[in-house]
Amino acid sequence: MTERGPFRHHGVQVGGALVALFVGAALLAPWLAPVDPHEVPTGLAAASLRPPGPPNALGTDALGRDLLSRVLYGGRVSLLVGVGVELVAALIGALVGLVAGYYGGWLDGLLMRVTDTVMAFPSLILAIGLIAVFERPGLDKVFLVLVLLGWTTIARVVRGEVLSLKTRDYVQAARALGVPDTIIVFRHLLPNCLAPLLVAATIGVGGNMVAEAGLSFLGLGTQAPTISWGAMLAEGQTFLASAPWVAVFPGLALMLAVLGINLLGDGLRDMLDPRLKR
Amino acid sequence: MLTQLARPVARRLVALIPVLFGISLLVFVLNAVALGDPARAMLGQRGDPELIAQIRKEYALDRPLWVQYATWMGHLLQGNLGRSYHQQRPVSDVIAERFPATFRLAVAATAIAVAAGLGMGIAAALRPGSAVDHLLMGAAVIGISTPVFWLGLMLSLLFAVWLGWLPVSGYGDGALANLVLPALTLGALHTGTIARMTRSSLLEVVRQDYVQAARAKGLGEVAVIGKHALKNALIPVVTVIGIGLADLLVGAPLTETVFAWPGLGRMLVAAVGQRDLPVVMGAVLVFAVIYVLGSLLVDLAYLVIDPRIRRD
Repeated sequence: MTERGPFRHHGVQVGGALVALFVGAALLAPWLAPVDPHEVPTGLAAASLRPPGPPNALGTDALGRDLLSRVLYGGRVSLLVGVGVELVAALIGALVGLVAGYYGGWLDGLLMRVTDTVMAFPSLILAIGLIAVFERPGLDKVFLVLVLLGWTTIARVVRGEVLSLKTRDYVQAARALGVPDTIIVFRHLLPNCLAPLLVAATIGVGGNMVAEAGLSFLGLGTQAPTISWGAMLAEGQTFLASAPWVAVFPGLALMLAVLGINLLGDGLRDMLDPRLKR
Repeated sequence: MLTQLARPVARRLVALIPVLFGISLLVFVLNAVALGDPARAMLGQRGDPELIAQIRKEYALDRPLWVQYATWMGHLLQGNLGRSYHQQRPVSDVIAERFPATFRLAVAATAIAVAAGLGMGIAAALRPGSAVDHLLMGAAVIGISTPVFWLGLMLSLLFAVWLGWLPVSGYGDGALANLVLPALTLGALHTGTIARMTRSSLLEVVRQDYVQAARAKGLGEVAVIGKHALKNALIPVVTVIGIGLADLLVGAPLTETVFAWPGLGRMLVAAVGQRDLPVVMGAVLVFAVIYVLGSLLVDLAYLVIDPRIRRD
């Protein structure tokens, strides 16, 4: 425990390795996948629900499609939703938090009431309710709904940081010198909020991935032919007794990816927040 | 003690009003956006014009939106959530019928999570850095990271399909055996967070002087932890239990779907599939209110555990 630096932490090592594996597999899926994940082989009866073993390392699903290829491609959707949603949500959250924290007053009151109200809903329940508004579900709706619900944590974190930062001497000095608000906010406040923002956003990526998979599992998320781990699990449930591998591998992939992100997030927090160090 | 508690309790109840108002407004806006004309949505394109006119009047649909909102709130405050399109009966009846199953599942999951989480956290904190500590905290992180629906499938595969000890799914007329797997599944995430918080909170507290003093008096480890450290260590744990309530509600639709559990969550999912919007809105509203009231209970639990908070 005398070692210093980012890799002092076992969690960060394991988490970083899992995340690298997940991102690498998702990005390189077209080259790694043994076959086209949508390909339904002819002679369906022979290939359907084949157990793991050559030529299908993870077996096949009910339509005889190669599970390994599908798990690899499923990671792309998961990564896209996880990171894509978080980027947009963090942007909105950071803006709301900066404005509310810096200007204070009625604007802060209003923005925080809105934040509280959105946070007052258990997120997946509201996500399901929002999906009902659309004629038919799909990846774009999942994206929109998760962004609408995802910005609140970041807004709270950033606002809290800004509240304490804006009383510091250097900010007071900048104000006294007549530096414009936008420069104070973006050059002096935002960079100092980045550490907690990064931690919250990392955890948020994992949350988005689980939410997407959950919605797709319920049939309210991505629709075929888009490949999603959640939708694969829904199919796996049907064949749980006869072909458990259909349910095991997509879920295992999701769990390991989320585990990696959580470990990385925990480690980042410990590293970036010295107060939490033992 | 009761008079001491009255003021902070009243203050927290008043603070709930804007949040509840916001929730109702959000649900109303969703309703208005999604439905266009609720009367037509309710009765279909070929609905009897007279009936449509009657419903329009009842819900003030020909008046400005704010009048519609006030009318809807009026209905809501009388417990009238509208009628299910699909089942052709009041939404409140549908919800009342499904509520007990979800409540039972949530209580069982919480009981498992609190018991197992506290046990794991205490066991890990007794010997920090030991193999037991690593094992238990590793299990906690895995519990937190495992998506609830996949965990449900895997538990079902292991204990129902392979070992045959427990039923795969269903309510089983309330049999205890049917409750075990759904409750374990729903409680797992919560168990992990409680275990982690209990451990870190206990480790924080045992370093304090008064605990050292208790040790110096020659008290045994069990008495030190059980009598002196635990009570103070529990304060942050109560927060986590409260936050965990949200996880329980979020997990309910997924867990209930995996185990074909006839609760509110599965009803919500089915209603979205049928585009039965009054049921969707009713369920979202009920979940949100349960959640808000749950946070209130946690706040009140603080007041009881930590007398310092009463003064603020």
